[in-house]
Amino acid sequence: MKPIEKVKVQEMLDGFTDKPVYIHLETTNGAYASHFDNVGVNVGAYIRNAQVTFTNAVIKGDISYRVGLKTELGWIYAEGVTDWEIYRDKDLLLAGHDLEGRLMVALQISEQPFK
Amino acid sequence: MDNQTHVVIVYPHPDDESFGGAGIIKKFRQEGVPVTYLCGTLGEMGRNMGTPTFANRETLADIRKEELKDACEYLDIDYQYLGYRDKTIEFEKQEEVANHIKEVLETLQPSLVVTHYPEHGVHPDHNALGAATIEAVRLMDKADRPTVWASAITNDFEKVLGEPDIVYSIEDDFEYKLNAILKHKSQAEGMFEKMQDTSGEHQVFVDGLKNRLGKERFFTWKFED
Repeated sequence: MKPIEKVKVQEMLDGFTDKPVYIHLETTNGAYASHFDNVGVNVGAYIRNAQVTFTNAVIKGDISYRVGLKTELGWIYAEGVTDWEIYRDKDLLLAGHDLEGRLMVALQISEQPFK
Repeated sequence: MDNQTHVVIVYPHPDDESFGGAGIIKKFRQEGVPVTYLCGTLGEMGRNMGTPTFANRETLADIRKEELKDACEYLDIDYQYLGYRDKTIEFEKQEEVANHIKEVLETLQPSLVVTHYPEHGVHPDHNALGAATIEAVRLMDKADRPTVWASAITNDFEKVLGEPDIVYSIEDDFEYKLNAILKHKSQAEGMFEKMQDTSGEHQVFVDGLKNRLGKERFFTWKFED
């Protein structure tokens, strides 16, 4: 993945509006967080292949970014996004990595379900 | 520990076999005992993406498949996937997972099965797959049951469970184990980068690893019925 290019990501996001798309949304501090890093508890959540339609999608911030998707009935939101990639020509992968390159958050959008 | 005919290791992630069993694997392979790794998942929800990152959430599964292939070639063992999804094993119906594993074990006919000690595996997949594996063996006819070794890795396991009865040291050949772990590049590179660190931290880190991974310890499971 490469560092966020805000204008290009915004263009991609705009391309996914007003049509059914599949979302992967995830955040994690790792399955070993409480074992090694003494942070107390492991925290994470993920949704894979939720189908939604959003009416607008915006990327905000600098250095680390926030992405909000306004859906027909609510919101989808990710914070701490640092990198992006176009996967298989048209899927948008967004992720946030810590200083050691470990994934902290991911938001991915595709017109086809993820594998 | 001796006189085994086939050893089957049941852990959930590509790299668990190297972190948890490279030492005993080397011992068994030197004795000519076949070893098969039943790998529960593809590790596709891993957080480590390489250092610097070269994987992403969608490519990680295929990358880890290649890494496991390399590691198993290095360790000279066979492997099969059980087909579960990383981080979800504890949400499967345990009975189904146990029956699935039982079927595979009945085909492989191991004399020894190695898995995680339920509730002492730290990762939820370790706990769930360990429990399902022990259940799979329990479901067999008593006469057909292989021996089960369960590995506990919680920080306080000795306090709760006492001393493990099987202890195998790979400290004298720790390089062999590190090389097996390093086959899992996406997962281990960060760790090994720290080892290249020339400051005083370096030796502390290597000693810490050796301390943590140099002895492979297992409890022989006692079935009550």
